[in-house]
Amino acid sequence: MFAYIMRRLAVAIPTLLLLIVISFVLMHLAPGGPFSHERELPARVLANLNAKYGLDEPLWRQIVNYVYGIVVHFDFGPSFVYPDRTVNELLADGFPVTLTYGSLAFLAAVLVGVSLGVAAAIRHNSWLDYLAVGISIGAQVLPNFVMAPILVLIFTLWYRILPGGGWSFSDPSFWIMPVVALATSYMASIARITRSSMLEVLGSNHIRTARAKGMPEHRVILRHALKPAMLPVISYLGPVFVSMITGSVVIDLYFSTGGIGKAFVESALNRDYAVMMGVTILIGSLTILFNLVVDILYAWIDPKIRY
Amino acid sequence: MALLDINDLSVSFRTNDGMVQAVNNVSLSVDQGETLGVVGESGSGKSQLSFAIMGLLARNGQATGSVRFDGQEILNAPPKILNRIRAEKIAMIFQDPMTSLNPYMRVADQMAEVLTLHKGMSRRQAVTEAVRMLDAVKIPDAKGRVRLYPHEFSGGMRQRVMIAMALLCRPSLLIADEPTTALDVTVQAQIMTLLAELRREFGMAMILITHDLGVVAGSCERVAVMYGGRIRETGPVGPLFAAPAHPYTQGLLGAIPRIDHEGDELSVIPGSPPNMTHPPAGCAFEPRCLYRREDCACQRPALEEFAHARARACFAPLDDVLQRRPPQAQTTTQGGQP
Repeated sequence: MFAYIMRRLAVAIPTLLLLIVISFVLMHLAPGGPFSHERELPARVLANLNAKYGLDEPLWRQIVNYVYGIVVHFDFGPSFVYPDRTVNELLADGFPVTLTYGSLAFLAAVLVGVSLGVAAAIRHNSWLDYLAVGISIGAQVLPNFVMAPILVLIFTLWYRILPGGGWSFSDPSFWIMPVVALATSYMASIARITRSSMLEVLGSNHIRTARAKGMPEHRVILRHALKPAMLPVISYLGPVFVSMITGSVVIDLYFSTGGIGKAFVESALNRDYAVMMGVTILIGSLTILFNLVVDILYAWIDPKIRY
Repeated sequence: MALLDINDLSVSFRTNDGMVQAVNNVSLSVDQGETLGVVGESGSGKSQLSFAIMGLLARNGQATGSVRFDGQEILNAPPKILNRIRAEKIAMIFQDPMTSLNPYMRVADQMAEVLTLHKGMSRRQAVTEAVRMLDAVKIPDAKGRVRLYPHEFSGGMRQRVMIAMALLCRPSLLIADEPTTALDVTVQAQIMTLLAELRREFGMAMILITHDLGVVAGSCERVAVMYGGRIRETGPVGPLFAAPAHPYTQGLLGAIPRIDHEGDELSVIPGSPPNMTHPPAGCAFEPRCLYRREDCACQRPALEEFAHARARACFAPLDDVLQRRPPQAQTTTQGGQP
């Protein structure tokens, strides 16, 4: 197992390199650059800027320099748009915010989604099942960009109990709406996957054996059915966790939470190459990491999976 | 008093095609220490009969009638009562040992939980007892293997684990639902021998559900032949095999490949089992029966005792029509005993 994890981490390095090269090339292929504005800069100024940020060098050289900076100094370079900020600083500012509400939303989505799914499966075809399915379909058709304005409308404008935007680590009332808006549709998907996978497991032979052993129903569910029923949910959760803690662009824009989602979008619009690369590498690394976590969880649940 | 008394048991399932009658008005009894074979082809309702006894019917199934164990009604009993009988008094082993054990739990945990639950043992005691039972079903190196997962056992070994798990609480009745169907032939024989030994050792009664008449002949005292959810013939194994009274029983016996069989074609029962969504009004076997009479299609024969301990449900039973035997059934029914 240890050897497997080491091997996977070793494979992650060329994967990340490939990611860097591809993103770098794509970024430079797109017309325009960080310094192309509506009013064009004088050619000499532009040349100076390009020289300062190393954009005058051949592409392969830029890539090598960039990777060298990361590997040796863990330096993701300066922002091209905010001259006084480095990418490291921008990410260090934004990521804790994203991580906080992302993890909370993840926890909420998993806890509520799994409980709802399990409850629906146990009471298959009862009012509880229909209610759970109804809730999850309702939640599914409310993506975060719809949820967010609805929440703001209700809790900020009508009832005036929650702040409509901004972020504070010390005041959880700022966290509630971003978390709810982000969690809702994922919660619905998790509930649906849990329900159908639980139904399948409950119909399987080894559950019948467990019942034939005289196990009370709650023990059949918790001891025998829950673990195998979680397998498809877990494979869904890996990518979900990554997209929750990184791809919360809408949340950042709507609630002005200041996470890295905002940095990602702005850097793409401003052609802030370094910031864009930094966020891309962050998301890439997290994706690789959580795929590994999913695989390890799989092996932990299913003894037939051995690496 | 019989250990298990099944009276007028019917099982039906709600499906999208309407109600499916899997078991109809079955009455059976099993005495202390007795082995009853329940025989029939796929879809004859024999497995559903056993699930109904244990209260393990699928969610869309419902059972009516009465099942008394030791005088206590257990059909549709509340889970609390059922869970005290399951494993403790009536244990069950299933057809497919590959999927019937929990693939995600160590054998030790699966077995130990039976004893911690029913006997209030500590986990340590329970595992010791589990190892003892694995020894009893002749699993080599039981102490080491108890820590393995089911997929690390072969099919035959898994069925042994299944049997060991079923016997942990020394039940007085074991229901074996096609215990050897998924196993290859040499392993089948081993498992049946093992079951017979254990049965003697523990003084257990057994209901052996199978479509294999050879298995019944070798290990049962009484046999009930099911077709279309009803019992067609029942009686002691020896006389029933020697002189089957129901044409279906005769057909089943004829369909056993025999080493002394002359000619190269295996005798089969023509046709296929009835569709239980729309059960026929008359005898369900009528369309396939070689001896059918006019009233067979519209009237349903009742199970009638015709000799000591023997009963059959047929308007044209073979004990009446031995002289009218059609030639193709001739060679295969001689002797009867497979």
